[in-house]
Amino acid sequence: MTPVAMNLTLHVWRQASGGSAGTFVRYEATGVSPDMSFLEMLDVVNEGLIQQGGQPIAFDHDCREGICGSCGMMINGVAHGPAQGTATCQLHMRSFRDGDTIYVEPWRARAFPIVKDLVVDRSALDRIIAAGGFVGVSTGSAPDGNAILIPKADADLAMDAAQCIGCGACVAACPNASAMLFTAAKAGHLGMLPQGQPERMRRTLGMVEQMDAEGFGGCTWHGECQKACPKEISIDWIARLHRDYIGASIARREDAAVDLSI
Amino acid sequence: MELNAHIPAGPLAEKWDRHRFEMKLVNPANKRRHSIIVVGSGLAGGAAAATLGELGYNVSCFCFQDSPRRAHSIAAQGGINAAKNYQNDGDSIWRLFYDTIKGGDFRSREANVYRLAQISVNIIDQCVAQGVPFAREYGGLLANRSFGGAQVSRTFYARGQTGQQLLLGCYQALERQVAAGTVRMHPRTEMLDLVVVDGVARGIVTRDLVSGRIESHVADAVILGTGGYANVFYLSTNAKGSNVTATYRAYKRGAAFANPCFTQIHPTCIPVAGDYQSKLTLMSESLRNDGRVWVPKAKGDRRPPHEIPESERDYYLERKYPSFGNLSPRDIASRAAKEVCDEGRGVGPGGLGVYLDFSDSIERLGEQKVRERYGNLFQMYQRITDDNPYRTPMRIFPAVHYTMGGLWVDYNLMTTIPGLYVVGEANFSDHGANRLGASALMQGLADGYFIVPATIGDYLATAKLERLGPDHPAFRSAETEVTDKAKRLLDLRGPRTVDSFHRELGKLMWENCGMARSAAGLRANLQLIPELRQEFWRKVNVPGHGEELNQALEKAGRVADFLEFAELLCLDALHREESCGGHFRVEHQTPDGEAMRHDDQFCYVAAWEYQGADRPPVLHQEALVFENVHLSTRSYK
Repeated sequence: MTPVAMNLTLHVWRQASGGSAGTFVRYEATGVSPDMSFLEMLDVVNEGLIQQGGQPIAFDHDCREGICGSCGMMINGVAHGPAQGTATCQLHMRSFRDGDTIYVEPWRARAFPIVKDLVVDRSALDRIIAAGGFVGVSTGSAPDGNAILIPKADADLAMDAAQCIGCGACVAACPNASAMLFTAAKAGHLGMLPQGQPERMRRTLGMVEQMDAEGFGGCTWHGECQKACPKEISIDWIARLHRDYIGASIARREDAAVDLSI
Repeated sequence: MELNAHIPAGPLAEKWDRHRFEMKLVNPANKRRHSIIVVGSGLAGGAAAATLGELGYNVSCFCFQDSPRRAHSIAAQGGINAAKNYQNDGDSIWRLFYDTIKGGDFRSREANVYRLAQISVNIIDQCVAQGVPFAREYGGLLANRSFGGAQVSRTFYARGQTGQQLLLGCYQALERQVAAGTVRMHPRTEMLDLVVVDGVARGIVTRDLVSGRIESHVADAVILGTGGYANVFYLSTNAKGSNVTATYRAYKRGAAFANPCFTQIHPTCIPVAGDYQSKLTLMSESLRNDGRVWVPKAKGDRRPPHEIPESERDYYLERKYPSFGNLSPRDIASRAAKEVCDEGRGVGPGGLGVYLDFSDSIERLGEQKVRERYGNLFQMYQRITDDNPYRTPMRIFPAVHYTMGGLWVDYNLMTTIPGLYVVGEANFSDHGANRLGASALMQGLADGYFIVPATIGDYLATAKLERLGPDHPAFRSAETEVTDKAKRLLDLRGPRTVDSFHRELGKLMWENCGMARSAAGLRANLQLIPELRQEFWRKVNVPGHGEELNQALEKAGRVADFLEFAELLCLDALHREESCGGHFRVEHQTPDGEAMRHDDQFCYVAAWEYQGADRPPVLHQEALVFENVHLSTRSYK
């Protein structure tokens, strides 16, 4: 059975570079198969653009299996488009109907400056990890893997948070452009495990302060982030981060007297 | 060129320990005076960069993605092997070593593989300490599952996202070093050439993918962890950006390229749906723990799967290989799928597919248990195909997945260019002619965390390196070459897109150098590929200019290298007149269609040395000596 091809109208954000002005440009995407991924649809549009002497639309992508976190765009105002729990590369055109008009924009957040078209700079997320999103253990010093028992439920919960692909959809979806879900997922993953305990407070403070320094907004509990998250990470992790942050802030005040530099 | 593998003397089990003692060390105070370039931030490159940073070296790490966390290791699904024997099912370092040698069809080095098996146990410890959330039993211990080519359960996993979790652990260790100031990260930066001065590797030339700036970076040693070249087939399970450029450039600068024809075709991928297809998606081998592979017994049986009664189904892997069954190694399972499809018994559009059926497992374990084990994979399958695998069997077909070949390295992971090291999939070292499942992550991390940080010290402690800067003529001339090449591409403005050439190359490779290779097909490719390359350099259209983010230009450079490299791959495949592992020459098979090796003629590593654009490369042979295992015909029956 051959799937019925669709014709779509796209309005895609085009911006030559970070410093220049951007605008929506209209393209007709014809003969789109419902089995195509959204990015494959853009590939076809780009092939056409190149052949007509135009400039292809720039967008980040790599694994195209929804795990590397490279891709991401606002599709009709929704981060990663209409399908729940799906990154843009795994969004298939069967989510759309023949004749649809689709608006495609980059992630919009002060902390994610636009590089070109749909490509943004998400290096702020790397700097949040560098500010404490790790276990401070150097290669070679680890005890046997089974030396510390971890209840299955804790390991499973940690894994729920650890699934974050760092795509930035949570930031793009948030009216405040907050990176709380990203930060909370990493702090929560490590905070669930015994290996993450020694640095738990230090990690929380470091990551949250870096998040603020990068210009991300605060969390006011809209819940848009968990709806946009391709891995469906729960905002419960944000509640946990709040709790750790309050605890860590108090501990820091108490410890200030003994000069524990956190 | 002389190939000396530098395998330490002594009994197999003592080689690595003895070698570690005998290697020279770099004084801790001197380490920061040594600069090391690491290209690639996946499990191998990222682990090397992080560990070298921890040791105090001055490290620069480069990746073309926007963040080191996006390297393609992230997509590995099923797991990582380690000879922990936590299951008490008879595993040991020796057994993992033996399984890997046998799985590789006796085309890898004993000493390297034994060291890999030894280190496997340390890797798990390291990852657990980093907070990698491996699957656990209710008692709190680490859980295991089985993978192809093994009869023990030694695979550690984190749902179907093991590669992601291991890479995030590695990336976090790397970011910790970035914060500590020992590693400088260069994302969105692509290596376009290697610079060799006085016969030793001294740096690289890169392009900043945002500004387009061509830059030189000088160092005391260079490590490539740039992955495999499966995208020479265009359609593969690799990420779109995965490419051969870094290793191919090193080859053109004098590093030997080993066994390029050893490519792995993975049996369980989602079949191709249309011409627009941009890549293929793997369904983890772990699914073969609980899924049964079958096709109808009758040719052209077009009934839906649930209407085909048990008696009319052929569970061909269980039938042909009763002792390993659905967990036969990848090369064997892929070829078996091709065979039944060639017989006209394939299922789905074009008859290019076989069923992977979970109904027995769902009946035995319940849907919940199956969901727990493979939920995300089932979801991914459903998202792509719009079919529910809990109800109807998955449809799968083999696809190019991994490349065992790579730059030739000695026991220290150093290439034929002193000071140039290669780690992970980018080297050829441990998997022979076929890699077993859950062994890529193991090798990448072994190389990156444990091997290269030890061996590179020996080089740095003894090498006499002249101080030089990026204005050295060798750097300047490499920069000019890189700039000129980009300019040539941009000036062509021909009628064809880069992708159209890449697709055409991929078709040639899949048809004539894929699952079954013949001398005639390979000879045809050796004529067609240069023709296609010439057409590329006449007719390609690369829009835009060089001083901007230009993804078409990035692709064009990579495809230009694939168009040269493909020829080397076919040449190697033609010269290897035997079948082994993933390299199946139709002229060399047993009466029942199994691979036939010719140990008397081909028990060697084929390392190719570049001779210039107009001359064929020269073949060097490194004989493989088996002192500890008996060279036998692989049997999984």
